[in-house]
Amino acid sequence: MLEIKDLHVQFNSRDHEAVSGVTLTIHDGEILGLVGESGSGKSVTAMSIAGLLPRKQCKLSGDVLLDGQDLLHAQRSELRRLHGRKIGVVFQEPMSSMDPLMRVGTQIGETLRIHQPDMPKEERHRLVYEAMRDVELPNPEETYRKYPHELSGGQQQRAMIAAAIVSRPSLLLLDEPTTALDVTIQAQILELLKKLNRETGISMLFISHNLNVVRKLCKRVAVMQKGKLVETGTTEDVFFRPQHPYTQKLIESIPTRHGKEVR
Amino acid sequence: MKNKRMNGYLLAGLILTGLLVALMLLGKFWTPYSPTEMNGAAKLQPPSWAHLFGTDNFGRDIFSRVMRGGGTTLTIAVLTIAIGAVLGTLIGAATGYFGGAVDDALMRLNDALTAFPSILLALLIISLVGPGKTYNVVIALGIVFIPSFARVMRTQFASQRNVNYITSARLMGAGSLRIMILHMLPNTLRTLLPALTIGFNNAVLAEASMSFLGIGVTPPDASLGYMLSEAQGMLVKAPWYAISTGAMIALLVFGVGLIGEGLQKLEREVD
Amino acid sequence: MDENLVLEVRRLSGGYRKGGVISRGTYKQILFDVNFEVRHGEIVGLVGESGSGKSTLAKIILGLLDPQEGEVIHHTPRPQIIFQDPYSSLNPAYDVEWILEEPLRVYGKYDKAERKRRVRDMLSRVELDEHYLKSKPNELSGGQRQRVSIAAALIRRPRFIIADEPVSALDVTVQAQVLRLMRSLREELDLSYLFISHDLNVVYQICDRVLVLKNGRIVEQGEVETVFNHPQHEYTKRLLEAAE
Repeated sequence: MLEIKDLHVQFNSRDHEAVSGVTLTIHDGEILGLVGESGSGKSVTAMSIAGLLPRKQCKLSGDVLLDGQDLLHAQRSELRRLHGRKIGVVFQEPMSSMDPLMRVGTQIGETLRIHQPDMPKEERHRLVYEAMRDVELPNPEETYRKYPHELSGGQQQRAMIAAAIVSRPSLLLLDEPTTALDVTIQAQILELLKKLNRETGISMLFISHNLNVVRKLCKRVAVMQKGKLVETGTTEDVFFRPQHPYTQKLIESIPTRHGKEVR
Repeated sequence: MKNKRMNGYLLAGLILTGLLVALMLLGKFWTPYSPTEMNGAAKLQPPSWAHLFGTDNFGRDIFSRVMRGGGTTLTIAVLTIAIGAVLGTLIGAATGYFGGAVDDALMRLNDALTAFPSILLALLIISLVGPGKTYNVVIALGIVFIPSFARVMRTQFASQRNVNYITSARLMGAGSLRIMILHMLPNTLRTLLPALTIGFNNAVLAEASMSFLGIGVTPPDASLGYMLSEAQGMLVKAPWYAISTGAMIALLVFGVGLIGEGLQKLEREVD
Repeated sequence: MDENLVLEVRRLSGGYRKGGVISRGTYKQILFDVNFEVRHGEIVGLVGESGSGKSTLAKIILGLLDPQEGEVIHHTPRPQIIFQDPYSSLNPAYDVEWILEEPLRVYGKYDKAERKRRVRDMLSRVELDEHYLKSKPNELSGGQRQRVSIAAALIRRPRFIIADEPVSALDVTVQAQVLRLMRSLREELDLSYLFISHDLNVVYQICDRVLVLKNGRIVEQGEVETVFNHPQHEYTKRLLEAAE
């Protein structure tokens, strides 16, 4: 459903390409993990899919196709329409991606209000409540009227996911969505994502530096290093039979409870 | 990190200010004509090669007067921000670093001072220390400038109070004074330097306003502000007096303003 | 008394006073009856989620915050700390050499040549090349900064280090290197650590014993192997399950 072909991104202020020649496919209903360390270009790849790169400050080439539609070279207005309806995005810091002065429910419905202005209010409310139930936010009626700071970290992230899926997109981009959360909350959010994927068939691109989390959630994994895709494969293959030396080093570095390699 | 590079603002500002400051400093020792000597034969002459900025109705050479008066203005502005910045930094450092009751007390006092319009406050202080003398103007303006520096520096010190590198310094046993001066002060420069340029310009303008109103510098001393009020009296007969004096103030403020802008741009680029 | 002890924390309660200068404000208690000790050469892990009181406990041990009740007994000179965020733990105004030399200048017992010698020695111990001496913190990578932070904490040769999430902000390959470094420095310089972390896998890797903190109380403590393989408390089980 999403095809990235030979994507290159170079920021005007840098000497190196942030992304150099990434080719990647996300199949229908798949959760693909994209892992890499800071500066590997994984977030830039996501941003170019989401159309969030400042076009004036960087050179882009290659193709990003969503269901055959070109995302990279589309008109701005066209892009905005696509992103509202077909792609949902969730970032790491729930608190900083929410408007502190806007009620949670209103915020979840924002995408609908902007992209489907003709939708009757009742219909919008219905969809917001549906999304809130999907992400298992407690007491939807009450939570609807709360402000972001009145929610816990985990609930905030659930609200952000609700906002991302309210218009029923076919692809969800998740950029380190659990990194700022405590482990027990992290586990709950991962369960939620699995459930959403299972029940609605939504495809996901899950970006993380945390390989343990990726291993738990994704069936297939892509590994990036210095702007290049070094390895793609099933989670099983990448974690137990890594081919590329960098992937091997990465896997070795994961702190586990199976033998104390550090000692 | 990129090295700190010169930018257009900074370069233009430094050149312009450098030329003006050089001219004004030179005026302290040498001027083409005596700035105070009257010459009945050369009254109210328009600008010429002999008198670049013309002469006033006493036949005094305005260029020489601008050089000398500019020097006075410069001295006042520099001393004013020196007092304001040094005392303001001390107060800001103490309140920002220690916080608590000291902070509350000093900042309330600061609020009270800021509540007065600065010219009114300067007037009040001038009436206490006595008018007319250059150093009295400096004292009055200096005190007026303390609160704004104190406020800026307090924020700078307070924001570092709980940063990890300060906690580490405290843990290794560094004293408060050492932490304030060695560990915190260098990190405030990026804010202090632009604030100094803004302060300098405000001081130039404040001095000009005070002298223009007759509560600042009085003869035989002359400053650009005083000269502007003098020029007002002969605006029709010798417009070049007001124009050249006003232009001098404007250029000085503009030049220093460019430096300030350039410094801020430099910091933004480093980030 | 056991002379193997580095730190004893006995019946410790503590928290913060919130509120005004005029009114005394309200006291928010965060830690409740905390008891544990750190022995010579040990790496003791302190795990818990955000809000569990880990940082408050660290502050009280370091003497940055007064306890409400109970006591903290140090059997070594003052402990030093390594912070999570390598960006804010090094003074951005100075180069690495100044940063490493400053604790020795404050100490005041060494002349300049001896200070320089110790700075170079410590830099090589944290496996950084000498040409980094003239680098400013913002010219270093996250891992390099964390190495400098470790060097700065160790330069006066403390015996006990509190490491507050020292690798949480680092990439996983860098994380492994820094953990390995901390381990080898323990042997070389005869150190003990209190290792604060939310990452149970990291704790398992590096720690000998572990304390599990929940809502300001230690709900479980013991050898890492025992606690991780046979957790007793419900909360520990939940944590371990989530981190599996």
